[in-house]
Amino acid sequence: MAQVRVTVDGVNYADDVEPRMLLVQYLREKLGKTGTLIGCDTSNCGACTVHLNGRSVKSCSVLAVQADGGEVLTIEGLARDGELHPVQKAFNECHGLQCGYCTPGMIMAAVDLLGDNPDPDENEVREGIEGNLCRCTGYQNIVRSVQRAAQMMKPGSAVPAESAAPVAGGN
Amino acid sequence: MIPAKFDYVRPSSVEEAVTALRDAGEDAKILAGGQSLLPVLRLRLAAPSTIVDLGGIAELRHIAEDGDRIAIGAMAAHHDVMRDDLVKQHVSLLSQATETVADPQVRHRGTLGGALAHADPAGDLGAVALALDAEFVIAGGSGTRTVPASEFFVDYFTTAIGEGEILTQVRFPKYTGWSTHYEKFNRTAQAWSMCAVAVALRLDGGSIAEARVGLTNMGTTPIRARGVEAALVGQQASEDAARAAAEHATEGTAAPSDADAASDYREHLARVLTGRAVLAAAG
Amino acid sequence: MTTTAEPTTELGKARTRKEDARLITGRTRYTDSITPHGTLHMHVVRSPLAHARINGVDKSAAEAAPGVVGVYTAADLGVDAVGLPCAWPITPDMKSPQRPLLATSTVHFAGEGVAVVVARTAAEARDAGDLVEIDYDPLEPVLDMEAALADGATLVHPDLGTNENATWVFDSGAAGTGGSVDEAISAAEADPDSVVVRRRFRQQRLIPAFMEPRSCVVDPTGEQITVWSATQIPHILRTMTTVTLGVPEAKLRVIAPDVGGGFGGKIGVLPEEMLCVALAQRLHKPVKWTETRSESLLAAHHGRDQIQDITITAKRDGTVTGLDVHLLADMGAYLGLVGPGVPILGAFMFNAIYKIPALKFTCTNVFTTKTLTDAYRGAGRPEATFAIERIMDELAAELGRDPLELREQNWITHEEFPFTTVVGLTYDSGNYEQATQQAKQKFDYDALRREQAERRARGDKVQLGIGISTFTEMCGLAPSRVLGSLAYGAGGWEAASIRMLATGKVEVITGASPHGQGHETAFSQIVADQLGVPFEDVEILHGDTQSSPKGLDTYGSRSLAVGGIAIVKAAEKVVAKAKKLAAHLLEASEDDIEFNAGQFTVRGTDKGKAIQELAFAAFMAHDYPEDMEPSLDADAVYDPENFSFPHGTHLAAIEVDTETGKVNLRNYVCVDDIGTVVNPLIVEGQVHGGLAQGIAQALYEEANYDDQGTLVNGTFVDYTLPSAADLPSFDTAVVSTPATSNPLGVKGVGEAGTIASTPAIVNGVLDAIRHLGVADVEMPTTSQRVWRAIQEAQGRSTQETPVDTHSPGAGLGSIDPNNPQGEVQ
Ligand SMILES: Cc1cc2nc3c(=O)[nH]c(=O)nc-3n(C[C@H](O)[C@H](O)[C@H](O)COP(=O)(O)OP(=O)(O)OC[C@H]3O[C@@H](n4cnc5c(N)ncnc54)[C@H](O)[C@@H]3O)c2cc1C
Ligand code: FES
Ligand code: FES
Repeated sequence: MAQVRVTVDGVNYADDVEPRMLLVQYLREKLGKTGTLIGCDTSNCGACTVHLNGRSVKSCSVLAVQADGGEVLTIEGLARDGELHPVQKAFNECHGLQCGYCTPGMIMAAVDLLGDNPDPDENEVREGIEGNLCRCTGYQNIVRSVQRAAQMMKPGSAVPAESAAPVAGGN
Repeated sequence: MIPAKFDYVRPSSVEEAVTALRDAGEDAKILAGGQSLLPVLRLRLAAPSTIVDLGGIAELRHIAEDGDRIAIGAMAAHHDVMRDDLVKQHVSLLSQATETVADPQVRHRGTLGGALAHADPAGDLGAVALALDAEFVIAGGSGTRTVPASEFFVDYFTTAIGEGEILTQVRFPKYTGWSTHYEKFNRTAQAWSMCAVAVALRLDGGSIAEARVGLTNMGTTPIRARGVEAALVGQQASEDAARAAAEHATEGTAAPSDADAASDYREHLARVLTGRAVLAAAG
Repeated sequence: MTTTAEPTTELGKARTRKEDARLITGRTRYTDSITPHGTLHMHVVRSPLAHARINGVDKSAAEAAPGVVGVYTAADLGVDAVGLPCAWPITPDMKSPQRPLLATSTVHFAGEGVAVVVARTAAEARDAGDLVEIDYDPLEPVLDMEAALADGATLVHPDLGTNENATWVFDSGAAGTGGSVDEAISAAEADPDSVVVRRRFRQQRLIPAFMEPRSCVVDPTGEQITVWSATQIPHILRTMTTVTLGVPEAKLRVIAPDVGGGFGGKIGVLPEEMLCVALAQRLHKPVKWTETRSESLLAAHHGRDQIQDITITAKRDGTVTGLDVHLLADMGAYLGLVGPGVPILGAFMFNAIYKIPALKFTCTNVFTTKTLTDAYRGAGRPEATFAIERIMDELAAELGRDPLELREQNWITHEEFPFTTVVGLTYDSGNYEQATQQAKQKFDYDALRREQAERRARGDKVQLGIGISTFTEMCGLAPSRVLGSLAYGAGGWEAASIRMLATGKVEVITGASPHGQGHETAFSQIVADQLGVPFEDVEILHGDTQSSPKGLDTYGSRSLAVGGIAIVKAAEKVVAKAKKLAAHLLEASEDDIEFNAGQFTVRGTDKGKAIQELAFAAFMAHDYPEDMEPSLDADAVYDPENFSFPHGTHLAAIEVDTETGKVNLRNYVCVDDIGTVVNPLIVEGQVHGGLAQGIAQALYEEANYDDQGTLVNGTFVDYTLPSAADLPSFDTAVVSTPATSNPLGVKGVGEAGTIASTPAIVNGVLDAIRHLGVADVEMPTTSQRVWRAIQEAQGRSTQETPVDTHSPGAGLGSIDPNNPQGEVQ
């Protein structure tokens, strides 16, 4: 057993885990944060994407012990004070999801992308989410959602700045 | 999905790491970004007894100017390498190639040292390190040694890093002002290179004064296309010259055959892509 | 998508989806997120060999491993005589091998389960799985369909005496629905003014690859056994669990919670589901199984996999005179729930939108030692559409005609509806001219043809091709009597109930079981219109046999066209009851009560009652008519009378880099007629997703086996799904000729994009390089295949491609999971 101390969605945790436990399993099984999903066993699908220390990562490709001392943000911590993050809103408005299985990972990847590049063109969005697979949407409305969120997050846009949760990721 | 059990150590210095490796014996594995190792462990294609995580060694993440070289710590993440201004200015080929590696999440975790130590012949960074004559700093029980790129890549997934040794730094000579391009050809955006060509040119007026060309996935290791380089030097950077030089692209290669590309197709791609890469680099 | 003014009714409104709120915040309940207290975890030990005799299973080391509760073979569980159901005996003499829950004496495909380990944690179950020693004697794998049918072939199931599952024939001459194809072919062969074009197409094997791996949890505590499963078919699963294991149906509750995609891949009664039930009953504890992605790709059913021999005859003026279809369809090692019927669903679609006077369809289903095949998005119809749309292009090439013109010459014109086709189906409505006209305009067809000619003339290294597909499909599975005539093992009706709550809110219970389609939203819109209640006041309940006891679930684009209509029928009954109550309370004659937008009013007065008031009055029941029960609630079961027939015109602009063979989809336009649109946002999403899957078949996906019968691309590393960076934006639009077969005029949209797009892409690839002498490129049309086709057409010989090898892919790179070497040993 090894110790992990992490902050997840703003809450501190300390747990003993097997070193082989993946971060995604720690989140789902130990912390009950089942909003983060598992779609593959080869690091391809991105369904498990969360932010670790402000950067998007595939939480199936990080050991829980590697996150020791770190800060994790999951889909469950993205909305602040009951207010959805603009990316979440945009996914709803632009019908960026169908079955929803890729959605938590897509949204976390998109939030990171927009932190890195606040005004991506279509190609930049497509390349920015190439680590996330979706079988339902054909991606078109996901791309629209990300671009719509970028609009909403622009300073002076219709969405009041204080209601938009700070964007994790990027530097 | 769940790796087999292992012990885990997280040293905070290179010395500690070397000791940990020695203590753990031959079944130990180094963990860098984990982006190649963890998928392998999850599918249980490997089951090391001990994992030595380099993640706690802050000194391995640096990117710094060191005289006429750019020194990059083995644990520098792909994302940091490709965004770094020093790298962009002096080793632009490395930033270009690193941008084509994997996806943002993987680039946030995966490291330069991990990618080079892993030495997958389809990996994108080996051809760059080879073409640019990078040096590899390797630490072990008996101190530190430096290995030139030409000796680093030994075979399929095999490098000059010995048992119990750690790659700590990769040093690139400066190619300030060189014109560079990394031309990658893959089946889907997620797939690795079927074949790729790394080109760096020093242009003098319209003509090519020096050329460095590396090939990805054309053998069991990255390959330096010296025939292409020789054919380019002294030529105008024209379509004809690029095409003529590209005819040498398959010299000394041993293209693998797989479902995406049998060797004849790979060889053909190497020629076409070399021509395109040279032209793209020349602008 | 063309936007019109926002409609005043809910029908046609681009409502954002109700179900999103939980999905975008992670408040989801996918099956793997459900773990009752005390849950034990099941791991399946699978055969690495495709065909082998099992000499023995040594469980001792696994049984002694930490956390292990038990290790079981089928015999240990007493289920060795249990067979999984196939509900579609397509012919009376169909050969049907028993599909066991775990292989007993022989394994028949790589990935088949042989034993299970149950342990306290999933990790311990997995660890112990490695310790189960199984002694195999390898047998010859059976991989090639034609070889499998040859005399002396190794038999997958020797007791059946053949590898042929069944041969199913439809002959329009014999059926009296059209002429004889044999005659059409001999006539054409004898006539210098006719042509006969013969082609062989391959429908490669695909993997549905829904994003949520399959999972089930069975909790035996309490009076009923509760089964949560990531399934498309909770109702069918309940009945089939009874049929398979004998658990009384009333003692089973099946729940499909949030389900992460299906595409036909989650229509099945899984051995793992049945094993979890058996184990939960035996151990008196909840038992859970969640597959890994690699297990899913290996063991969940695959789709397509046909060899299609197509012969078309036509007059030199372009008039098609006959179509002969000969299929070999790979069933894999066993029959899936509806597997043998999948190719048959295509039988009626080969004539597509064309007036073909004679058609013969012969399909032979074949057993091989591969993973079984069953429904995958479109099920039979994409295969049919591919063949007819490809052969129409081949015919056009043969005759030197513009392929779109040739289609127009042969299609059913809009004045000709309703039209009874050569296979005896009656197409109720459609307008192929309109859809095509609009698509051509959006696409700028003529300009692209000019660009194509220019590129050809100057020998550009990038050539342009225009891919066409004018498709139709049969949706809304299905009229029960038709299913009966095809010997399908169930009806095709759907059930709905509406409960008017005391507070005026409405609960709607549907037997459809969504997994991404947005039923909660679309059905709410329908009910809001029908009852005149706010959209927000409607709650849709589904996917739980306790709250929704009756249903036939979701597949075959049936949810709206059948399930939606059942809801309309239930709503009509609610309104009828409410009217009666309103008349009573308003002291008027029922004939004088008018219903409009939720208000029941007495004609010519301003006296009235809202439907919510009536719901409350019915609940209070203080004052209601003698001849009425105090309730507005209603149930309905709707059995459609006909299929619905969406159609559309799809055009793809394809660039082929002739130097590398790389295919680039530059532009994709489609105009679909799906009848009345309930929610344009959802429709657009369904079209996009369908297109992506169809395009992926044309360009990216294929399940490959090596000569030992091992699936060589059984991970996402090399079973390459396209990412966002591999697809363009699509230019989609809808036109609408309402279906006449149902009161809403809806047709169905779930499969349209998939069905239409595959031939559009392949036709486009060929159109780009046909002038170089290329006549065909097998799917997926990878850069290598395209390059090789060009080389061969130019007379340059090329090398064999080792299709059965691993190619470096994301996640593992060059490491081959089937054959690790190098750094991993
Ligand atoms: C989805 C996906 C797509 C990818 N696509 C590409 C691509 O297109 N191109 C490409 O080049 N790569 C690709 N990669 C691989 C990626 O670049 C990896 O990050 C890289 O190959 C390994 O780096 P790492 O830091 O993660 O190393 P790890 O996975 O931690 O280690 C890899 C191996 O190297 C050894 N090792 C690591 N560091 C050291 C060291 N300092 N000294 C000695 N030995 C060491 C480890 O023991 C291990 O055997 C992809 C990976 C994924 C998951
Ligand atoms: S589950 Fe992490 S990438 Fe698929
Ligand atoms: S919405 Fe289903 S996988 Fe993306």
